[in-house]
Amino acid sequence: MSQTATPGAGGQAVLREAEHHFDYTGRKLGMWLFLFTELLLFGGLFIAYAIYRHVNFADFHVAAKDLDLVLGTINTVILLTSSLTMALSITAMQKGNRKLAVWLVVLTVLCGLAFLFIKYFEWTAKISHGIYPASPELMKLPPGEVRFFGLYYAMTGLHGLHVLIGMILLIVMAVVIARKPSRVHSFRPDDADETMAGARPAIVDGDGKPLWKGGIIDENVEQVSVVVRLKPGPHTIQPSDYVSLENAGLYWHLVDIIWIFLFPLFYLIT
Amino acid sequence: MAHGHSEKGGHIVSYGTFIGVWLALLMLTALTVAVSGVDLKRLSVLTALAVACIKTSLVLGIFMHLKYEDRIFKVMFLVVVVTLAIFIGLTFTDTTLAR
Amino acid sequence: MAVDVAGRSQGLPDYLNHRAAYSGILSWVLSTDHKRIGVMYLVSQLTFFLVGVALGFVMRLEMLTPGPTVISNPAVYNAIFTVHGVIMIFLFVIPGLIASFGNFFLPIMIGAKDVAFPFLNLLSWWLFMIGAFVAIASLFTGGLPDTGWTFYVPYSIQTNTNTTLALFGVFILGFSSILTGLNFVTTVHQMRAPGMRWGRMPLFVWAIYATSWIQILATPILGITLLLVMLERVLGIGVFDPARGGDPVLYQHLFWIYSHPAVYIMILPAMGAISEIIPTFARRTIFGYKFIAGSSLAIALFGSLVWAHHMFTAGIGERAAVIFSLLTFLVAVPSAIKVFNWVSTLYRGSIELRPPMLFALAFIFLFSIGGFTGLMQGALALDIHLHDTYFVVAHFHYVMFGGTGFALFGALHYWFPKMFGRMYNEKIATIAWALMFVGFNVLYFTMLLMGWLGMPRRYYDYLPQYQTWHVVATVGSWILIAGVLLMVGNLLVALKRGEKAPDNPWGGVTPEWSTTSPPPLENFEKAPTFSGGPYDFPTEVAR
Repeated sequence: MSQTATPGAGGQAVLREAEHHFDYTGRKLGMWLFLFTELLLFGGLFIAYAIYRHVNFADFHVAAKDLDLVLGTINTVILLTSSLTMALSITAMQKGNRKLAVWLVVLTVLCGLAFLFIKYFEWTAKISHGIYPASPELMKLPPGEVRFFGLYYAMTGLHGLHVLIGMILLIVMAVVIARKPSRVHSFRPDDADETMAGARPAIVDGDGKPLWKGGIIDENVEQVSVVVRLKPGPHTIQPSDYVSLENAGLYWHLVDIIWIFLFPLFYLIT
Repeated sequence: MAHGHSEKGGHIVSYGTFIGVWLALLMLTALTVAVSGVDLKRLSVLTALAVACIKTSLVLGIFMHLKYEDRIFKVMFLVVVVTLAIFIGLTFTDTTLAR
Repeated sequence: MAVDVAGRSQGLPDYLNHRAAYSGILSWVLSTDHKRIGVMYLVSQLTFFLVGVALGFVMRLEMLTPGPTVISNPAVYNAIFTVHGVIMIFLFVIPGLIASFGNFFLPIMIGAKDVAFPFLNLLSWWLFMIGAFVAIASLFTGGLPDTGWTFYVPYSIQTNTNTTLALFGVFILGFSSILTGLNFVTTVHQMRAPGMRWGRMPLFVWAIYATSWIQILATPILGITLLLVMLERVLGIGVFDPARGGDPVLYQHLFWIYSHPAVYIMILPAMGAISEIIPTFARRTIFGYKFIAGSSLAIALFGSLVWAHHMFTAGIGERAAVIFSLLTFLVAVPSAIKVFNWVSTLYRGSIELRPPMLFALAFIFLFSIGGFTGLMQGALALDIHLHDTYFVVAHFHYVMFGGTGFALFGALHYWFPKMFGRMYNEKIATIAWALMFVGFNVLYFTMLLMGWLGMPRRYYDYLPQYQTWHVVATVGSWILIAGVLLMVGNLLVALKRGEKAPDNPWGGVTPEWSTTSPPPLENFEKAPTFSGGPYDFPTEVAR
């Protein structure tokens, strides 16, 4: 899959842009680097949290009591489970079990949906009690609690946004895998152009039994190539078939990791 | 390796390993929720964060396959975590913040 | 460096002339070729630069006399310095050499066909343009901008101008910067040609690599900070707003955690370009290759730990002030290592004073002044006197314009023949350089002195006793601008009517000189292999 040179006018080779080699490690490295930037994006918020909590230790404890520990714990379990199904789907894909992989991804998305559903109830409950940014109710509380809820909305909000993006990413992945017969292999016999005129191409299986026969190649043949579309199966699966799913999975796990920290920092400090 | 255009695939982790890790994660969650009811003063923050760190390393190492990746991935991850820690640490040298 | 491009012929069309999927302007804005993307960055950046120069010109003109000179409304003056800052910082020096020359030469210098993710690369350029458009649009909708480029809270929360949109624009620009960074890091790790070991990479590549890491690690902090200010403006979440219990000093911490390393995003690739130009025109292998490469990483590291020296007068704690002052002095060490190595490379070299070299020497001179004045402000007691005066402004321009700007122009003159296959008029380029060098010092050295005497920055009016200084500075700005215009004109003429450039006009030895000028689509006609050190000059006398 190196440079594709197709004969152009006057026998001069003409190159086409962005015909790229596939680099499994490179793609994953790129994704990890992106995850690092996400980590630091939340890192800025964690800095703010650490400072304010250090200063308003008591207020943070009081404010944390207003959050629903049961709902928070349920959400933690849901996200951990979604990470499991995500990881399982990659193993399924690596083993060539495409159908199972798709179902596991769908399950992951459903977990994400459940998480957002519960989060929505938590937020609306808070808002109906008058606790939302800049609300008159909130402004009556001591500054430490105002900071707590400011950070609570900012951090869980940004996290929720990431869950949503992850879900969209995974839905796209599920569709791609489900429809995937798209890996294409081209073979071009070397120096065979002249000798092939008048011949009839065929594809045969291991025993020499013909699977397919083509028409006769005419005299004006300029080039002969054979294109095979492969469905990834237990024996034909390759890294290029699952690296995108793996990268989407990495993103999903990162979202889980952020929550692993948000949960104790907001719900467990009572 | 850095050179060459590797086509090699990733390590395959068995279904059983993943389910084992998931059970461990659930138990750690139960533990941290249970401990939060006990008043350990400042220690309670530390235990909560310690449990979160253990959970994170399980997710990172097994779910995200970091354990099976090339060493450069692990080195980079370490650099990032240390950088973030230094950012937080140096911000804390400013004692006038948020008074 | 020995580059083996076995069996090279003159067969392939260059990247400017190959048959693309689209024609006309579309063959550029939809191209995933790193060279075309590099050229697009260069053109957009230089356009923004000229706009910034025009605004600077108006500012200096206004300062010619006390009271109103050409601007009758002080708010317009505030708007002009804000726009000047936003454009020059976010649209010219932050993309700087990394987006333009980094894109064009990083893959060539490691013998690759392109970057690791060509499509992402194109997306970065589009995000850059969209971000620029949003940021500029915000300046003309909803009143005159007046926050300065630093968007300090609480004023940026309270002002009625369209700050939210400006913040969003900068947020998008940050995204573009991050994607470029992760693309380049992956490229350096995965795409090096056979024989291109880490210790054989040209120093420009090392500089780009270090810079890319800063982009990856620091930019997200700016992203979240700006996002919080936006939330503060729209919802009032009370993280920064003192009226709602927030702490504005925390904003300054988070802002400078990015924005100080950002000055290293601006200067490191510039230093990398200088490390390329100097050995070529001194005909000597670079002195201390490992130290220059290592000091790039050291600057990236230490540079990320000094941010609070922007806040000595903002009321930060004494302990923090002492620690950050110490770290600030430390960051001068790797910078000085570079300067010493460049000077040592020059020593006993056979120096050729052609335009790229002149810009490089000017860089060393101006950057040294910028660096020393920076150290002065790093000293706690002195900073109280100098903070928010013209001294800071002049220091900053010595580093950013005298440093990054002159290095960018040096790189432009160095690589112009390779990029476009044309030579420019060297005599005119030298005259332009001389005008810029003289004008620059007349303008900014005067500002250093004025700052020392107490002239505050960002003021529309001043006391009559400063007028002589202001007149000198304004005249300097005219000389400087004349030089800039002459340089740009010279290069534009060369683009159209310049002589055809040879493949290696300067006798350079790094990989880009072993391919054709301009290079073909995938950079080399045959995949190259490398051996030997990056700066082994064949003619160099063994000592």
